[in-house]
Amino acid sequence: MNPTELFNQRASDEATSRTRRLLAPDPWASAGLATHLKDHGALEHHPTSERWRMGMLGEIERAGLVGHGGAAFPTGQKLRAILDHRRKPFVIANGTEGEPASMKDRVLLARAPHLVFDGAALAASLVGADEIFIVVHHDVRESVDLALAERREARLDRVRFRVMTAADGFVAGEASAVVNWVGRGVPIPLGKAPRMTERGLGGRPTLVHNVETLAHLALVARHGAEWFREVGTAEEPGTMLVTLAGSVVSPGVFEVAIGTRMSDVLDLAGGPSAPIQALLIGGYFGTWVPAPVALSAPFSTAGLGVGLGAGLIVALSTTGCGVRETARLVRYLASQSAGQCGPCSFGLPAIAEQLEFLAHGMPVRFDDLTRWVTEIEGRGACGHPDGVARHIRSALDVFGDEVSEHLEGRCSASERRASLTIPMGEPL
Amino acid sequence: MKSPLVLRIDRIRCDGRGTCAEVLPELIELDHWGYPIIANGSVPRDLERLAIAAVELCPKMALELKAAEEGARSVSDRTDEPL
Repeated sequence: MNPTELFNQRASDEATSRTRRLLAPDPWASAGLATHLKDHGALEHHPTSERWRMGMLGEIERAGLVGHGGAAFPTGQKLRAILDHRRKPFVIANGTEGEPASMKDRVLLARAPHLVFDGAALAASLVGADEIFIVVHHDVRESVDLALAERREARLDRVRFRVMTAADGFVAGEASAVVNWVGRGVPIPLGKAPRMTERGLGGRPTLVHNVETLAHLALVARHGAEWFREVGTAEEPGTMLVTLAGSVVSPGVFEVAIGTRMSDVLDLAGGPSAPIQALLIGGYFGTWVPAPVALSAPFSTAGLGVGLGAGLIVALSTTGCGVRETARLVRYLASQSAGQCGPCSFGLPAIAEQLEFLAHGMPVRFDDLTRWVTEIEGRGACGHPDGVARHIRSALDVFGDEVSEHLEGRCSASERRASLTIPMGEPL
Repeated sequence: MKSPLVLRIDRIRCDGRGTCAEVLPELIELDHWGYPIIANGSVPRDLERLAIAAVELCPKMALELKAAEEGARSVSDRTDEPL
């Protein structure tokens, strides 16, 4: 970005009251330690002071910070759950990002790795851990290694950091799968989970936080709860990294104040590149929302009526076919089952097959399809079948008219090839 | 009063042998692929003996009887760990 562009971007930030907390305006700015310390200052720790720890926990709870990995679980509550246990805990920073269309964890680790390290070190101080595993997508392993080398040279941390490359695959990012990967090199969810906060890595209490959550934590620790709540809504404070994908002019990762109007959020990516019929919100476990409803709504769980998940927003143009897109995504998700539980490993491929028949206007067992979708829910060791079921239900609802067309053997879309990102396979 | 017992399936262990549904059809049915569906996990008092038999007969040791509170907590275990 040249100086003029940067100036223009700053001016437009002011005009749109855009908030940048995690990501600097200049995407080419140094992610190095010197810049980090200049921008944010050093982070204070007093791990031996009970007063400091309790004060900080209270601040985190007042901030209302929730997890950014998908489940939006309150961060303070998770930290406190660890404190209930006597054994020395581990901290895992989860940057696996198995969601195929999501890029936000990678962009964060490439552009602001030290915020993630700071947040992880702070979490470790709060819960009394002295060992932290940073699990990152292989795309950003090098920048994370560089950041850690800088910290070691500066003797910044009292805790021991270990960087690990994450396993590939959609379910590899699930919290228990990450614990399983770090501990045994097996990137699939653990069944019958005692809570990770009770018995995780090596049988010890384990705090698994998404990397973006930790970066926010590092800022809450510096600026406090009130500062954190200055943007966002009262119920959903702060900012969120979102990945804008699909039919937008410039897909990418952007930091958004929660509660920003959805049409303004899409404008960050240059706006829709074609008229939009629906948006997939949250991730591939997410929910389709019709465009007329979504575009005028605020970007928040309350505004959209759906979870924001890991912050993925995919725009589907009116020329595309929602039924084909869904069939293709569900086939991909079926392929990503860890294959441990029957309802998931048999149910998902059968459901995907019926959706493919539907997509191609072939005879389909529609009643079986809808019954199987209901039946698989809640019947896996992890939430994989539930997430797929949620996605399909919203698709059958939002693309209801198109489903009726397909049941009659027709398709009203002009663009017949599915276009949403999956890591493999041909367009359906 | 004793808290009611709840049937829980370890989905990873379960191999769809179907013994449980034979012993306890009142509470357990099988899906299209032979894997058990428990409509309502809590076990009425008069079915407790059969439920214990179902647990003992499962060849994969995938079925468990637990006190209601524990069963309820294990459901939330899954949802509080984000992806």
